Amino acid sequence: MQWLSDLVAWLVRDGFGLDPAGRLGGSIHFFIYDVIKIFILLGVLIFTISWVQSYFPPERTRRILGQRKGLGANIMAALLGTITPFCSCSSIPLFIGFTSAGLPLGVTFSFLISSPLVDLASIILLASVFNWTIALAYVAVGLVLAVLGGTLISRMKMERHVEAFVFNSPVMESDDGHLTRRQRFDFARDQVAEIFGKVWLYVLIGVGIGAAIHNWVPETFISALLGQDKWWSVLVATIVGIPMYADIFGTLPIAEALVAKGVGIGTALSFMMAVTALSLPSMIMLKRVVKLPLLLLFAAIVATGIILIGYLFNAFGTMFL
Amino acid sequence: MIIKILGSGCKKCIALGENAKAAADVAGIQADIVKVTDYAQIAAFGVMSTPALVIDDKVVSSGKVLSVSQVAEKLGTP
Repeated sequence: MQWLSDLVAWLVRDGFGLDPAGRLGGSIHFFIYDVIKIFILLGVLIFTISWVQSYFPPERTRRILGQRKGLGANIMAALLGTITPFCSCSSIPLFIGFTSAGLPLGVTFSFLISSPLVDLASIILLASVFNWTIALAYVAVGLVLAVLGGTLISRMKMERHVEAFVFNSPVMESDDGHLTRRQRFDFARDQVAEIFGKVWLYVLIGVGIGAAIHNWVPETFISALLGQDKWWSVLVATIVGIPMYADIFGTLPIAEALVAKGVGIGTALSFMMAVTALSLPSMIMLKRVVKLPLLLLFAAIVATGIILIGYLFNAFGTMFL
Repeated sequence: MIIKILGSGCKKCIALGENAKAAADVAGIQADIVKVTDYAQIAAFGVMSTPALVIDDKVVSSGKVLSVSQVAEKLGTP
């Protein structure tokens, strides 16, 4: 969105009388430009995704997954995870609904890993901030992580670490009534309003941190901590990201600023994935339905996957940028 | 009559609760509106998307905020 960048640069220069290339002007430019850009993308993307999503209520997703076996079911679960709501609060009812209906635990986890990690919004956002190759590579590794993670959990026979009430919950089929175009429109519009209300603060905070990194934190400091040549950079980024709770809209500006400061693309992606896929609030929620060993296994698999992906991208990422 | 609203306490659940109350008032039904926020209890109804509306222990809608007239329809009062 070069036009927007130019427009904001003009505003900073002629409106505020600051140099957009200078330190203060630069941070203001970064902040205004990124906030507007992300809000535009957020509105358009969530509307589009919600429209697609209105064709896949959880009951239908469950039926589709129930028809498949083995690896095919895991792959389908990872793919369907890309078109579900971002909100982690819906993951618990989904988990219970899938498990009580007899879906294998691994298939449900493939879905749970892919759902926050990869969605259509992340593809478009990454493409607009970095480029299409990185966006598609991110999606590919995200899906592979979801499929492998779920498969691994299947192999470990973790069913006994699920709270008993989950299996005893009744399965209800919905009437699944076909929606009219008007209803889909209303649904998509409501989703935009709801998600906007939920994430706007995270976006502002994320862009604020991004702007601070972009113009105030010395490059030497960043590269000493997270530089390409530092073997621990991916580890640090993942560990810092895990307890944090935000969605991709809030983390992207931080990743963007880090990459601009010379941080490896793999390190930045690891950070983003760690923040979106694993977070303290979602772990606390999951704890209500699964016991500690399964929760820890889930976290360990996802964290390991994210770290491997980070190193992979750092090693080969220079080809993409 | 007992009307239960299933949901983790999001805005939508509150809206559904208000609509349900309004519909019951209009119909002149003496209804207790109960909010169910515990996941185990929500799961016990087999509901996967919230908010859901339960009338006398029967799930009549899930995943959407029904309008006052839609709730009235479910209550069986036009």
